Amino acid sequence: MNLPVTNKQGGPPGKSGKWGKHVIEEARGRAFVYFCVLLMVVTIFSIVFFIASRGLTPFISQGVSVKDMLFGLKWKPEGNPPLFGALPFLFGSFVTSVLAALIAAPLGFCASIFMTEIMPKFGRTALQPAIELLAGIPSVVYGFVGLSVVVPFLRDVFPGQGIGILAGAIVLSVMILPTVTTIGTDALRSLPSGLKEGSYALGATRWQTIYRLILPTALPSLLTGVVLGIARAFGEALAVQMVIGNAPHIPRSLFESATTLTSIITLEMGNTTSGSLHNNALWSLALILLLMTFLFVFVVRMLERRVKR
Amino acid sequence: MRAKTVDRIATAIIICVAGFIMLVLAALLGYLLVRGLKHISFDFLTSAPQAIKVGGGIGPQLFNSLFLLVLTMIITVPLGIGAGIYMSEYAKDNKLTAFIRLIVEVLSSFPSIVIGLFGLLVIVNTFGFGYSLLSGALALTVFNLPMMVRLTEQSLRNVPKEQKEAGLALGLSRWKTISSIMIPVALPSIVTGSILAAGRVFGEAAALLFTAGMSSPRLDFTNWNPLSPTSPLNPMRPAETLAVHIWKINSEGLAPDAPEIAAGASAVLVIMVLLFNLGARWFGRVVYRKLTASK
Repeated sequence: MNLPVTNKQGGPPGKSGKWGKHVIEEARGRAFVYFCVLLMVVTIFSIVFFIASRGLTPFISQGVSVKDMLFGLKWKPEGNPPLFGALPFLFGSFVTSVLAALIAAPLGFCASIFMTEIMPKFGRTALQPAIELLAGIPSVVYGFVGLSVVVPFLRDVFPGQGIGILAGAIVLSVMILPTVTTIGTDALRSLPSGLKEGSYALGATRWQTIYRLILPTALPSLLTGVVLGIARAFGEALAVQMVIGNAPHIPRSLFESATTLTSIITLEMGNTTSGSLHNNALWSLALILLLMTFLFVFVVRMLERRVKR
Repeated sequence: MRAKTVDRIATAIIICVAGFIMLVLAALLGYLLVRGLKHISFDFLTSAPQAIKVGGGIGPQLFNSLFLLVLTMIITVPLGIGAGIYMSEYAKDNKLTAFIRLIVEVLSSFPSIVIGLFGLLVIVNTFGFGYSLLSGALALTVFNLPMMVRLTEQSLRNVPKEQKEAGLALGLSRWKTISSIMIPVALPSIVTGSILAAGRVFGEAAALLFTAGMSSPRLDFTNWNPLSPTSPLNPMRPAETLAVHIWKINSEGLAPDAPEIAAGASAVLVIMVLLFNLGARWFGRVVYRKLTASK
């Protein structure tokens, strides 16, 4: 970042020549905003650098192979020899977040259509504030409600303990519903109105217009919302950790205790000494989370490029 | 089937889904308030938690949450506004700006637990701040900065172009135009957004587990010297916030009335978030009315 000394729009030259009051004031302001931006850039690079430097240690100098970590089934960091198979965590994270998206997406799409096509006024005054409120509720509160309502309900209705992938997915689906709905609603609102009017003029019913015209046109934006929802679900830690049971194996049913990347990190990070192999392996899991974030951002950008075209 | 019948059925389904979402929200809030409000009393809000006995409160946690919120906002707001001004006024339309935009997007989609781990590695260990309120506030700053930047940028872009041009035409420097003409106009939406961001800080827990810590030392609420270790105002002490407390008693609580405490604390948290939300809306409406003279 260079700090310009002179400024073309700095106003008339002050009484003291080149270094007038305006120039100094402008330079100070610029210095401040450049500092803020620089700080942000430095922060993100140091996040990536520090987590990568710790997360890559097990692979580089402590003899764990990438393949064992990504596809291994057993997580026994204190065993002899220690095993670091993270597949159960990856599986748990993927299945819960995709399942949550499968529940939230239809609900969110319906809510978006309701707010834009069916009852715009009621949608704007009642449904939209309700969804914004859902977005504001803290994740630990979702976890608490999941633990005290969803889990007992699943325990009564289905076989098993109630905790497990389905409980996690239900809690997550409520959490990501606002993301899916808000982005979907914005997308539907920004469609050109001529599109709809043309369809109605041809005698199509409302549902035909929605199904054949509006949904296909807005699909990339709707999918953006879903991907952002999955990203949020993937990174969510405490709410899932509270209801999923945290057993480090791949479950055979939706009602069996499982675990995710984030919950194993929250549970074990505090109990390991910094620098040990076990601790570094947890940083590798954090690195996987980080890489997944990049992937999600990349997918969202691709979808947005399709919207613009 | 006739097209009109299909249309009616589809409409009915969509309305039912919308109703279902409203119902879920109502049930969620109702459940939290009905179960929690019974347990909330003055004593509950002010007394210290008990490890294994009945009757613990959430006093220190509530105070920690509020104090952390203030600390975080003191750090976040100037930095966020500064970076937001850069993005909307100084950034040229080139590759560098596109790159910074990408960075803001990536930063805002990092999971909060990753930010917490970064805080553990860099702020707590490398900088040597330890588990402390200050570490927590810095981690939450990283977490909240992208939102603040986007918010400021958006608010500044919505300032009428004529006002900016008038300032520049009068011979003010660019910075002076921004700081004394544009910021005041954009202030209402910046404040509204900051209140919503504050609500997010209040409920955040994952980023705080490994930065602000999971324990609260004995606090002496008569000692207001910020340097003393038992003073509530000391920013270098470990502090468990309300959200972290809810998580902790749900996963490892030993007190026999842990579910009731969790319910009460959740209700307090939700009420605070509701207040932030309503406060932001109310403030936005009042200012809008003042500025536009509409009803």
